Amino acid sequence: MNVNLKYFASIREAIGQGGESLNTQATTLKALREELIARGGAYAGALAQGRAVRMALNQNLCDESAVLSEGCEVAFFPPVTGG
Amino acid sequence: MAFTVSIQTQDFDVSQELAALRAGDARVGAVCSFLGTVRERNDGSAVASMELEHYPGMTEKSIAVMMDEAQKRFDIYAARVIHRVGLLHPEDQIVFVAVTSAHRGESFKACEFLMDYLKTQAPFWKKEVTPEGARWVDARVSDDQALARWGIEASNSAAK
Repeated sequence: MNVNLKYFASIREAIGQGGESLNTQATTLKALREELIARGGAYAGALAQGRAVRMALNQNLCDESAVLSEGCEVAFFPPVTGG
Repeated sequence: MAFTVSIQTQDFDVSQELAALRAGDARVGAVCSFLGTVRERNDGSAVASMELEHYPGMTEKSIAVMMDEAQKRFDIYAARVIHRVGLLHPEDQIVFVAVTSAHRGESFKACEFLMDYLKTQAPFWKKEVTPEGARWVDARVSDDQALARWGIEASNSAAK
């Protein structure tokens, strides 16, 4: 399926872009994250398991078990620091 | 004026915002507000400036959710949230939350609830420029603890 990826803050900087479109076999956020980590390089560093990475699916904070759907929007970002 | 949120680069006038929030509503007997400003120091370093980034769309959505939650929990009439993004400097206004109610207790509580919620749930990120270089600000455990007082568990500051 096709998913729209977005990256913010330190993760955006590390990866070097704010987003991308991806055709993936992943069905969950966890599998999608692992697919991106498998690219190696900056992706592996920024999204590595054990790092503080927050995820949103269709603009709602979600944990890794969330299920993807065709055309969904997935965002990866560090802990938020507004206010 | 009901419940509104603005994410903007430009500054805002607190007096005008407070006047607009209660205009035409004679039920209101209390207006409570919080104004957050840029400090000149953070975590031991001088802050020359900061850049605020956000997630357009999700930001507005998450703040709308927290306003809905505030309406369920407190007897309030209206609320206004303004959060600035982009380049800011010490003494600049960053965030404004204001709430109206019949008596002070409800708007005091709702105002604090909204700020506690925003701190750990709304997708904003601060990057500070200090003499040691630019750095992303770390999330604070105390902000998760502040939200926990309202019975909402947050793990924004968790190490993974």
